[in-house]
Amino acid sequence: MKILTGNDLKSGAVVWWDGQGWSLHIADAADAGENAAEILAREESARRVNAAYAIAAELTEEGPRPAHIKDRVRALGPTVRPDLGYEAAARNGWDWVI
Amino acid sequence: MYKYDQYDQAMVDARVEEFRDQCRRRLEGKLTEDQFKPLRLMNGLYLQLHAYMLRVAIPYGTLNGQQMHALADIADRYDKGYAHFTTRQNIQYNWIKLEEAGDLLADLAKVEMHAIQTSGNCIRNISSDHFAGAAADERVDPRPYAELLRQWSSFHPEFSYLPRKFKICVIASEKDRAAMRLHDIGINIVRNDAGELGAAFYVGGGMGRTPMIAPLIRDFVPLDQLVTYSEACLRVYNRHGRRDNKYKARIKILVHEMGAEEYTRQVEQEFAHLLEQGIEPPLAELERIKPYFAEPDFATGLPDRADRSDPDFALWIDRNCVPHKAAGYVSAVISLKPVGGIPGDATSAQMRLMADLAEEYSFDECRVMHTQNIVLPHVEIGRLHELWTKLDAAELGAPNLDQIGDIIACPGLDYCSLANARSIPVAQKISERFAASGKGEALGELKLKISGCINACGHHHAGHVGILGVDKKGVENYQLLLGGSEAEDVSLAKITGRGFDEAGIIAAVETVADVYLDQRQDGERFLDTYRRIGMDSFKEALYG
Repeated sequence: MKILTGNDLKSGAVVWWDGQGWSLHIADAADAGENAAEILAREESARRVNAAYAIAAELTEEGPRPAHIKDRVRALGPTVRPDLGYEAAARNGWDWVI
Repeated sequence: MYKYDQYDQAMVDARVEEFRDQCRRRLEGKLTEDQFKPLRLMNGLYLQLHAYMLRVAIPYGTLNGQQMHALADIADRYDKGYAHFTTRQNIQYNWIKLEEAGDLLADLAKVEMHAIQTSGNCIRNISSDHFAGAAADERVDPRPYAELLRQWSSFHPEFSYLPRKFKICVIASEKDRAAMRLHDIGINIVRNDAGELGAAFYVGGGMGRTPMIAPLIRDFVPLDQLVTYSEACLRVYNRHGRRDNKYKARIKILVHEMGAEEYTRQVEQEFAHLLEQGIEPPLAELERIKPYFAEPDFATGLPDRADRSDPDFALWIDRNCVPHKAAGYVSAVISLKPVGGIPGDATSAQMRLMADLAEEYSFDECRVMHTQNIVLPHVEIGRLHELWTKLDAAELGAPNLDQIGDIIACPGLDYCSLANARSIPVAQKISERFAASGKGEALGELKLKISGCINACGHHHAGHVGILGVDKKGVENYQLLLGGSEAEDVSLAKITGRGFDEAGIIAAVETVADVYLDQRQDGERFLDTYRRIGMDSFKEALYG
């Protein structure tokens, strides 16, 4: 699947395209399919997201899992500070990242 | 330490308001990200993996207690209660909101600080010896010269759009504690045969993807020509430095490709021309700056030994305190590397404690080391035990300066958008492994430096043992390097061979340590043994 991610313009927080808007939780990420470029252009233009891009992901039982480790770290926060990430507790530790 | 005059303060205040307005226009959609990005970078604001990151300049690493308190307050008010001291004597905040950036910079300006020249292709914040003004071996305090160059380089219109970033370091000792020859320009304040002070210029060093040791291009520049010669070095670079390829754009590439001899010839030619222009600030300006760095009012008749009956305290003295030029004093290093900790990170509470301790024990002064520790430069030996007791209670008393636990590590893939692999977990696990086995105690001086990508913010080329994280088909992989040094015996580390996974690199470091322990001769540091026996014994142990 192809999912979209970027940063919230005001806060800089990592966000994921959920089909209608931007969510802090990767579990909400929707498959953008062939519409990725169009959505990115529209959302950046409307300043609803910053520095957004499309990535490959695998749909697992836990939800979408980005193909690249960098985006998995973005999804959960710094692996060395699980107290600061968005979903550390929900992801049953950091095995999901590695 | 240096205090802003009305011009400094007016310039910084004006920049804050200018950037506040730029942020507002970005949030209102009047600036695109492409338009805004170079503006935010000129104010130290990056967009990293998880959020905006702000890098704050700490000129030559010097802070007073009020400034450290302000940095702690900023960590609480605008970030998540902590900050990260960097390998260029600066500080970074990892979770900054764009809508609050203007207020943050205004708070910084209230304590004479800013984030200018911590990013972009300009002359960056100038670094120096973290023991400046205290070291027993220095010729003179290098910071007035660093400050003069800071003022010259701040907002210098000719050097605001260089081919690439440009880093200058100023020291004044034979001992190099600031990686001077691994800078674009390294300046050592020296004396000539007549006893006069001048500047030796080393140009074209650096780390990154193409590490180079800067060659000496002039052994003595009179101090009343310091700015002029610096300008000549920059002009030749600005004229010929490559702008077509960012990976070939640093001055080290120019000096290497042009040849140090030809580069020097052109600098001398430009220098002669500039001398006729009279661009050097009057010596009176340097004389105006110097009193800000005057020696504190050191007491006399102080005890020169501490009570060493507490073995933990005695170990901390031996490891973390270094000789001072004033009798009865030492410079005390506060380690930000507890076993298993994140190198360079400090909580706001720890920062406030360090600020209080600087005020109480060190004439209201502290320093940031490029090795991501903090120095209290002027501490009475007789008060060391009470200082250490307070540090130890706050997990700031690790006795590990220049030991294997004193690891430099960049933020790596945990925070940095450029990184290929995580640095911090590797540092944590090595630190824990050697602490648990007790082997670290036997190793003595061993400088371990870890970078999460080839940009080398973790100085891996300069590590006695270096680790470079790379991306191997989407999986973290770590190359091992041996034999580097950032000190006066400067050298670049060499790669041992094929890389390792995370568990493998930690085991590999232990293997390397075992070879050293087995082969060392009396008094040899790790680096000495490596230089004597070469790479082969280590490769044999690592790869068979």
